Amino acid sequence: MIEETDTPGVMKAMAAVAKRDLVLAWKRPGDVLNPLFFFAMVATLFPLAVGPSNEQLEFSGPGVLWTAALLATLLSLNSLFVTDFEDGSLDQMLVSSVPLPALVLGKSIAHWLTSGLPLVIISPVVAITFRMPSSVTGVLMLTLLLGTVSLSMLGSIGAALTVGLHRATALLSLLILPLAMPVLIFGARTVSLVASGDIVAGGLYFLAAYAVLVVSLAPFATAAALRISNE
Amino acid sequence: MWKFIHKLASPPHFYNLAPKLVPWFTVPGVLLVAYGVYAGLFLAPADYQQGDAFRIIYIHVPSAYLSMMAYMIMAVSAAIGLIWRIKLSHAVAAAAAPLGAWFTFLALATGSIWGRPMWGTWWEWGDPRLTSELIMLFVYFGYMALRAAIDDTAKADKASAVLALVGAVNVPIIHFSVEWWSSLHQGATLLRKDGPAMDPSMLYPLLAMILAFTFLFGALLTRRIRTEVLFRERRTRWVKDMVLSAKGRN
Repeated sequence: MIEETDTPGVMKAMAAVAKRDLVLAWKRPGDVLNPLFFFAMVATLFPLAVGPSNEQLEFSGPGVLWTAALLATLLSLNSLFVTDFEDGSLDQMLVSSVPLPALVLGKSIAHWLTSGLPLVIISPVVAITFRMPSSVTGVLMLTLLLGTVSLSMLGSIGAALTVGLHRATALLSLLILPLAMPVLIFGARTVSLVASGDIVAGGLYFLAAYAVLVVSLAPFATAAALRISNE
Repeated sequence: MWKFIHKLASPPHFYNLAPKLVPWFTVPGVLLVAYGVYAGLFLAPADYQQGDAFRIIYIHVPSAYLSMMAYMIMAVSAAIGLIWRIKLSHAVAAAAAPLGAWFTFLALATGSIWGRPMWGTWWEWGDPRLTSELIMLFVYFGYMALRAAIDDTAKADKASAVLALVGAVNVPIIHFSVEWWSSLHQGATLLRKDGPAMDPSMLYPLLAMILAFTFLFGALLTRRIRTEVLFRERRTRWVKDMVLSAKGRN
């Protein structure tokens, strides 16, 4: 899809890569929907496992929703580079004259739009089943909005390191989950704090700062990892 | 200067140098352990609150310190290997990871044993430092798993180096975000503005044990790097020559 001029502009190329992934996702809606069903299903498991008492649901809601969102994002990360790796378009990106980190950022933006953003949008529906008041749900959406950006970016590093390996799924989780802990802690704890009537600005600032950090640095790590994986 | 570094970092040179280096780590290490164990177990008085249970710090604190130190060594040598393409430094990173994981495990195990009389449970999620040690262990596992999953050594070196560097940025963030939890862990004793809050009779054995662990870590690391170098260079001429000449002597 990248236009065949000598050197396309960086922004243009980035947008083209993002657009291509969005079109691909549109043609295969299952790839977008499956992680969402997974998210809803994991959230369903907890009330069934620990019992339906209101008090317990209200207490565990933020943690359960955040854990489910983290796992759902991991699930969708698996295929981030795999199809490009298999059909050779990844090689085209590697030899392109456009800086690879920019193309990677384009792919990550598309990944977030097709995995993170839908999670944010359906999270209130799942939150209602956990008896979450609407004021808290707003904060939940905000933390998920900031947090899933970080998860998409962090995850792209893991996806790039494991592309082309056998049994990459378990490995990807092992690599990314420990690194994703800060996002989980601040995301879930901020929502719990609001639920118990505390001030939340600190947690949101942290999530925003972390998102800025990984958006700025992760594409370079991902690009380096892709070059190594495709040697 | 560069010539010297390149000579030092050449695998055969290091392989021959390592056995000469090891005693410089082992001898002071063993002496310090002997002093640290004796002074820590017999000379230091029992803590007025924790009784004799506090004596586990002589293993716990050095292990926890080394679990971080080993990661730093791993990340720095990974960066050197990635930037200057020095083969030996990748071998250092590969050799340091399992050692770091073991010290992390030791810190977790001793922390948990300490926690039993102090908090009344083997494991306490409310303690931020123990929890961040646990995450640290997972970070080591991830690093080693990535290495094991890639067959090509050169590729495994570079891929795991990228992971080690990403981890180096993230580990402090993980540490402080876990710290954000309400803390049960006793406050810092050693590194404080107004000097260590510890009686010298308890402090000196601890410092001795930290030094001793560092020396012994150095000895283990040097031996592990030597083995790693031999394994990686198993198809090269100098290893074949060495093996053949050793056979000739028998």
